[in-house]
Amino acid sequence: MASLNCALEISGLRKSYGGRSVISGIGFSVPAGACFGILGPNGAGKTTTLRCCLGLTPPDEGKILLGGHSIPDGACAARARVGVVPQFDNLDPDFTVNENLLVYSRYFGLKKAEMRQRIPGLLDFAGLTDKENARVEALSGGMKRRLTLARALVNDPDILFLDEPTTGLDPQARHLIWDRLKQLVAQGKTLILTTHFMEEAERLCERLIVLDHGQIVAEGNPHELIASQIEPNVIEIFGENAVAWAKARRALCQRLEIAGETAYFYCKDTAPVREALDKERALHSLHRAANLEDVFIKLTGRELRD
Amino acid sequence: MSAPLSRKPGIPNAGLLSFGWIPVWRRNFLVWRKLAFPSLLGNLADPLIYMLGLGYGLGRMLPQISGVDYMQFLIAGMIVASAMNAATFESLYSAFSRMRTQKTWDAILVTPLSLDDVLAGELFWAASKSFLSGFSILLVISALGLSSLPLALWVLPIIFLTGFAFAAIGLVVCALAPSYDFFMYYFTLFITPMLMISGIFFPVENLPHSIYLIASWLPLSHAVRLVRPLLLGEYPKDIVLHVSVLLGVTIVAFRVAVFLTRRRLLN
Repeated sequence: MASLNCALEISGLRKSYGGRSVISGIGFSVPAGACFGILGPNGAGKTTTLRCCLGLTPPDEGKILLGGHSIPDGACAARARVGVVPQFDNLDPDFTVNENLLVYSRYFGLKKAEMRQRIPGLLDFAGLTDKENARVEALSGGMKRRLTLARALVNDPDILFLDEPTTGLDPQARHLIWDRLKQLVAQGKTLILTTHFMEEAERLCERLIVLDHGQIVAEGNPHELIASQIEPNVIEIFGENAVAWAKARRALCQRLEIAGETAYFYCKDTAPVREALDKERALHSLHRAANLEDVFIKLTGRELRD
Repeated sequence: MSAPLSRKPGIPNAGLLSFGWIPVWRRNFLVWRKLAFPSLLGNLADPLIYMLGLGYGLGRMLPQISGVDYMQFLIAGMIVASAMNAATFESLYSAFSRMRTQKTWDAILVTPLSLDDVLAGELFWAASKSFLSGFSILLVISALGLSSLPLALWVLPIIFLTGFAFAAIGLVVCALAPSYDFFMYYFTLFITPMLMISGIFFPVENLPHSIYLIASWLPLSHAVRLVRPLLLGEYPKDIVLHVSVLLGVTIVAFRVAVFLTRRRLLN
């Protein structure tokens, strides 16, 4: 199984609910051993795509191959080699950390003696060694997330699905999860993750797709996407009359975006904008390199999506 | 992370005829074991209080009913009713909270187990709670000398089967419920009237004929018509009919529950 070139292959996937199209014909493939990102605003079709991949939602059209198994027919066999970290923790609140792992391993038909040997390693990986007998209710949000990650690894999966794995975590907890995910990729596992954190995608993903309104609007390596889709520099300007000031100087850069009271100058060369700014005392500015979030916003727009 | 893991044969697969329900059943059993005492107390004390209270209190004022003391009459009804209650509460409130509140089912559905396995696990578990309830009551009344052993032991499989029937119906209701409040309809419109006309507290032969006819369609009447003679040391009449009704209800209701729950969760 591990020698397969493609962990996940999707083509012509379509799904609609009550006449409303949620996924409108998408296709992509995830090479084995890669970390692959699925990005998109709320309602873009990320979760539905994941559910289709796992055989939890039958697609209207399209083909899905997960770990070499055709989905949904081969979903049970495919899921034996897959781990899932869901968006919201669904650990068993009545159980201890240890029991959560043990009970979950039974769903995979794993042997108890073997699990007893493996659990210390999983707990160590999740940084929960001394919490073995703690009840889930007593864990912090970050610990719960790590336990969910350890639980997703009970069957030593080839492919791991992570649905917004660090949402709601503090920076320390988030960095720890990122570190563990990198370790998993180094072990040769395939990671497929959805996220709203562009920084997360930029750090972890070798390839990603951006979904919007059920369609793929961009695909590639995050750094290549930044290089190809957007100007390399951004100057954000805010303060009194910033918007009016910026609109009058639109010609100083390649692209100008206004959001609320802030103006974003996207430039190849920042010198003209900076020179103009030097004369303005009332304006505040922030000069930074363009990042994946800028690409995301350019592709999917600034308006709210929920 | 290391060498390939070995798996037990036979798991996983799908549905009632596979063994995929076992790990789901064991999960619920482990939770129950942690809370066993209050749970058993509820399953045992409640029906016993009714039984002793009504049996001795009301029974003292009554002549013999169907040829026996009221207490003797009531015991069979209470065993069957508490079996029904145990399975009903488990398949309504507990299953619903595992489906909706705790998302336990969601966690299981991304493993090799299927939704059919999850539902079969819930069905077996709810029936097991009925069995447990019936078993503990039988134990107490036998100790009080109120059952006629060994024939009364046949009550146990009947209680288990009754549990299956009401668990299956409960899972249908669970699949349809938008929230916990919905279950009140089921209790008020189905369970409580059924308790009254199925021969639990009093014989149905004296009721108006139309009600008697309705009652003869209800699974609870069939269960009680099996259990009552057995506790009195007699062989029930129409065993095949009563058992077939309970089995039939189980199979049909479970198929409906699978269909409805699939539509709810896997669309």
